[in-house]
Amino acid sequence: MPTITDKDRKTIQEWFQKLRDPVRLVVFSQEHECEYCQETREIAAEVASLSDRITVEVHDFLAEANVAQQYGVDKIPAIAVVGPQDYGVRNYGFPSGYEFPTFVQGIVDVSTGEHGLSEATLQQLAQLDQPVHMQVFVTPT
Amino acid sequence: MVEAIEFPHLANKYQAFGVPLTVINETIRVEGSVPEARLVQELLRVMEKEKPGEAAWHG
Repeated sequence: MPTITDKDRKTIQEWFQKLRDPVRLVVFSQEHECEYCQETREIAAEVASLSDRITVEVHDFLAEANVAQQYGVDKIPAIAVVGPQDYGVRNYGFPSGYEFPTFVQGIVDVSTGEHGLSEATLQQLAQLDQPVHMQVFVTPT
Repeated sequence: MVEAIEFPHLANKYQAFGVPLTVINETIRVEGSVPEARLVQELLRVMEKEKPGEAAWHG
């Protein structure tokens, strides 16, 4: 069972001082648990407990396939990090190791809407004429 | 974000060995942690008239 250490809890709560808009952690799991589904649900709940601006909803990937489709989730475990606007942030797999702070930072970014990108980048991205799907593969070590 | 260990079939499909690996529109691979400008440059390649072919796999 994953547990956030007291030290990490303090750090996360400091990061969460920056939270602005509410964030939903929309977790997709399934009844006959996939290997890390339970841990993923639990870590989402633990993180959400550290701020009243974060809530968790859990959906069954199979029984609620329509919801999975609505969020564009095609594999589990998955956590969609959703603010008032859905920026399409999806974490697939249990966010452990180096990915955990990235997951937490993602929550802050979605909440504040601050992307931290340069003006040059914004101008270039304005040229995009089609949807872009980005997948970033990581390992926990 | 995709945990390579939990989705080995995807990691294998895109040859995600040393991570991070960014895959854009299932065709453009960017290996490692790259500067913002480089990532944007790769991202804009989705608009190229000729779809990135095999060459993209060695990018």
